[in-house]
Amino acid sequence: MNKLLKYVIADILRTKVMIAYTVLLFLISFVVFALENSPGKGVLTMMSVVLFMVPLVSISFSAIYLYNSAEFVELMLSQPINRNKVWAGIFIGLGLSLIIAFAVGYGIPMLLFSAADGWVLFLTGIFLSACFSGLGLLSAVRVRDKARGIGAVLMIWIFFSIIFDGLVLFLSFQFADYPLEKPLMVLSALNPVDLSRILVLLDMNISALLGYTGAIFQSNLGTWSGMVFISIILLFWCVLPFFWSIKFFRKKDL
Amino acid sequence: MIVRYFLLFLSLNLLSSVLRCHVIEVGSHSAIHHIREALALAVDGDTIEVGRGNYQEQNLIVSKRICLIGKDYPVLDGEMKYEIISVTGDSVLIKGFHLINSGVSGTIDYAGIKIYDASHVVIEDNILEKTFFGIYSQNAKNCIIRNNRLSSFGVDELQCGNGVHCWKCDSMQIIHNTVMNHRDGIYFEFVTNSIIWRNVSEKNIRYGLHFMFSNHDTYVANYFHQNGAGVAVMFSNHVGMFGNNFTDNWGDSSYGILLKEISDGYIEGNSFFSNTTGIVMEGASRIVTSKNKFSENGNALRIQASCMDITLQDNEFYSNMFDVATNGSLVLNFFNHNYWDRYEGYDLNRDQLGDVPFRPVSLYGMITEKNPPAMILFGSFLTKILDRTERVMPGLTPENLVDPQPRMKRFLL
Repeated sequence: MNKLLKYVIADILRTKVMIAYTVLLFLISFVVFALENSPGKGVLTMMSVVLFMVPLVSISFSAIYLYNSAEFVELMLSQPINRNKVWAGIFIGLGLSLIIAFAVGYGIPMLLFSAADGWVLFLTGIFLSACFSGLGLLSAVRVRDKARGIGAVLMIWIFFSIIFDGLVLFLSFQFADYPLEKPLMVLSALNPVDLSRILVLLDMNISALLGYTGAIFQSNLGTWSGMVFISIILLFWCVLPFFWSIKFFRKKDL
Repeated sequence: MIVRYFLLFLSLNLLSSVLRCHVIEVGSHSAIHHIREALALAVDGDTIEVGRGNYQEQNLIVSKRICLIGKDYPVLDGEMKYEIISVTGDSVLIKGFHLINSGVSGTIDYAGIKIYDASHVVIEDNILEKTFFGIYSQNAKNCIIRNNRLSSFGVDELQCGNGVHCWKCDSMQIIHNTVMNHRDGIYFEFVTNSIIWRNVSEKNIRYGLHFMFSNHDTYVANYFHQNGAGVAVMFSNHVGMFGNNFTDNWGDSSYGILLKEISDGYIEGNSFFSNTTGIVMEGASRIVTSKNKFSENGNALRIQASCMDITLQDNEFYSNMFDVATNGSLVLNFFNHNYWDRYEGYDLNRDQLGDVPFRPVSLYGMITEKNPPAMILFGSFLTKILDRTERVMPGLTPENLVDPQPRMKRFLL
């Protein structure tokens, strides 16, 4: 598996798309941190960028990579290697290279401008890279047709980035007469993008402005235990799509 | 020549004997050991000088026209039982004492120094520590409270009283005091024609400054920092607030200033930095708010629909999470020539004023106002899209809440 891993990482990191992703992220972070007068404000702007870009790039790149290397996977499986190992090798390789790209693109400007608030965003970016590459694998293994697969990938991304929040907003209006704080917190655990956003905001103590609602969020999620809890759920989100996809991959007729 | 000098000498001597007031010294090395005895001996116009030491005198009542001066901050200990100094006479000076441990009670307002029905009292350069109320004026007139340092227990609202507390007073001057860990830093109720100048009020449990039914007062260049709920000005008129600093009043029920049922006031040249909400206006009318700076607040300004004739002009808003929030569509207030960092308009004729109006209320701000739990979506992509579309085609945000000519550049120092 190690050999496979090394090969996948070397293969991915050399692609133009990956280099462009890293450079773009680096440029955006650099400009944002340079322009905003306080690092905290820069982190807030970067949060929007990271939450928008990292899932999109991770999920679409993973899916496309898998479709393009279908023959490579077939070749691997013709060798006496366990299917699980091949799939795990591809997932870890993909995840690691996306994480490396993100870490370089965002991490270096963050360190350069010594934005101490940026570490939580750094962490969530890593989580999101892993989670969405898992989701990319899942949709690639479920849908055989490349065009439809990429469509599915985009739908997943739109769902987590926009539609899910729309549903939350809709529900919060429909059930406005009830105390919704706790149900909404549980609901947001179903969306890794929302979870990441809440984690970053709580860390920057922005929730204080939210009044009574914010106080509840803060007392439940803002404490150390709450943050650790969110991180654990995010960790689940990192591996869950992968484990789900491995189930399909094991039975898949290539 | 000699005669002339002699006459001068004689006349000076005569003058000094007329003007002579007695100085009564109190201290361990003096003839008198207790302030209580000195107070009994003194007549109007005398000065009592208290030397260094620790005095447990129970309750001292100053009813004569005297100066009570401490040298090297003698300690007056109230033993957690008594009100330390009660001033009942006019024209009293109390200076240079270190007052500690006043009584604490749920029924009696024990204070470090309390003025009862007196005028022209000066209280300056004192240090008050662990007092229930600090300096309490009741039906006082023309008094000066200056350069005092006050701190209380700072545990909860029942355990400590207010720092500088004025009830039913007139023409008071509260200057350069530092108040901390009290319930309210400075409290005014039925106080008129008074000034609060250059005070520091911080880490108080409730308000840094609390006004009730106090008209024609002004506060200038004060610093309100990390108070439980900021500053509250309620049920008053003709209050001026100039050049004050409201900083770090951050928490789930906190704000810079709360204006409730206020009319005919001026809010000018203040700075609101890092508060949960900069100014909250409820039922306020005819207030001119200009040249204030709002930065890094959660909500810079919350202006309820119950306000009218509020003028907001030449203010600066930047790095706030929300600029203006309101709770209804009725807007009877005027915005003009403010600087907004979210403004994206242009200025063709280069007069530094934008040609496109700016609407400071965001749609998402309106949504969270109606439905607070939706706050969980703060910063998400969806809310940004909502705000964008609303800016392009305003439909739900109040139509009249608009700055017709926003400034293009920051202009305040």
